[in-house]
Amino acid sequence: MSQVAVDVPKGGFSFDLCRRNDMLAKKGVQQPSYRKTGTTIVGLIFQDGVILGADTRATEGPIVCDKNCEKIHYMAPNIYCCGAGTAADTEAVTDMVSSQLQLHRYHTGRESRVVTALTLLKKHLFNYQGHVSAALVLGGVDVTGPHLHTIYPHGSTDTLPFATMGSGSLAAMAMFESKYKEGMTRDEGIKLVTEAICSGIFNDLGSGSNVDVCVITKGHKEYLRNHLVPTPRTYVSAEGYKFTKKTEVLFTKITPLTEKVVVLEGGDAMEE
Amino acid sequence: MESNQSKPGLLCNPEGSQRTLYPYVTGTSVVALKYKDGILMAADMGGSYGSTLRYKSVERMKPVGKHSLLGASGEISDFQELLRYLDELILYDNMWDDGNSLGPKEVHNYLTRVMYNRRNKFNPLWNSLVLGGVKKGQKYLGMVSMIGVNFEDNHVATGFGNHLARPILRDEWHENLTFEEGVKLLEKCMRVLLYRDRSAVNKLQISKITEEGVTISQPYSLKTFWGFSAFENPTLGAEGSW
Repeated sequence: MSQVAVDVPKGGFSFDLCRRNDMLAKKGVQQPSYRKTGTTIVGLIFQDGVILGADTRATEGPIVCDKNCEKIHYMAPNIYCCGAGTAADTEAVTDMVSSQLQLHRYHTGRESRVVTALTLLKKHLFNYQGHVSAALVLGGVDVTGPHLHTIYPHGSTDTLPFATMGSGSLAAMAMFESKYKEGMTRDEGIKLVTEAICSGIFNDLGSGSNVDVCVITKGHKEYLRNHLVPTPRTYVSAEGYKFTKKTEVLFTKITPLTEKVVVLEGGDAMEE
Repeated sequence: MESNQSKPGLLCNPEGSQRTLYPYVTGTSVVALKYKDGILMAADMGGSYGSTLRYKSVERMKPVGKHSLLGASGEISDFQELLRYLDELILYDNMWDDGNSLGPKEVHNYLTRVMYNRRNKFNPLWNSLVLGGVKKGQKYLGMVSMIGVNFEDNHVATGFGNHLARPILRDEWHENLTFEEGVKLLEKCMRVLLYRDRSAVNKLQISKITEEGVTISQPYSLKTFWGFSAFENPTLGAEGSW
């Protein structure tokens, strides 16, 4: 007989606590700082299309929580997107726009354009006023040619011949600014992207592990997962781990696990 | 005892404080590296007043004694104060007239002590200093920050150079660079800084110090390239966007 005292929230962000947070900030209470996930993502345009690159380290504060994560997300067969910032935000926003693009492809019967993905992403991010912390490098090749864009968490975009984002962006940009030239071949482009990501891996603490590269050309894409492993794990002993001499194998017995599934003969079908 | 009683009032009152709280006129990065014959150092000539590029002919590299070269980024007035301290140091050293002179290692140590002691009194000299020199064939390149962090290395960079120049230097520096290679490498770093640091100006000096002495070049500017096709027509294929 008790009434439901709590209203079910409508969904999406709730800004109820903003006034209280402002009041606390005025009284001198320090707001908890945002966790930066640390990344180096890059993109560049070469003579036949676009090359995207990313490192593979995901961090939770000072700890590396995923040594080999995937930061280059699929948007469309001809469009890929690298994401920096809060990992959940980049995954969710790229998944969402990828589905929207597929529906649009079914509706129009045409290959998706990079500007479509760009507009969908920037609309969403601006709507959330920067609270969806996703900084993206979007690249692809469509009927109008190769395109490369950067999208900032607040919704602004840039169209560039080469771009870097994330905590390692300055280290990567130093490589690009000194070595980029127009009309590079595929191998030159991959080499430069790899150099820029390695620069981020070695000079930025938030980036590390391996280099992922994605090459998109007209009608063809190549996802080079772990294209380079510049920091492999090295064991102290060349043979790996060896048990010390004192450990003798006395007796070996192998017991295979038995299946514990009971199959009912002629039982009822599952209820609908 | 009256002076002690009047002092607390001055220290407690923030407006009456005589300590450096923030920098006003600042210089941006300094980049330096060791090469075959000595040290090469580069710095631009800009002095920014907040976000205005107020002074465009500030010399941020000066010779110190016979064997050293000092470059500074950060507050310009504190750099000038340091030059006065160093003048006095070199003067007293000369007055001994013993045929010995302070080398770069000694000057670096002196600067570290000065910076650290000022930091301990909560009144720092707001600079990042680069000290390079050659004495008796030994090359030396060191850095001191405003809180007294000091170290010696084959290549150093201050300010934005930490983020933009250091990756390039780590990749491309090697022992026994020739003078031309060293200048080319420094210019590469300064060009990236010019593109990406808002307080950089396109007017720089490169100085070198070898066993023979110090040479500071005349100011000159770097060539920049803005002709990428994406810059010329960014909305190609996407009318109405930017």
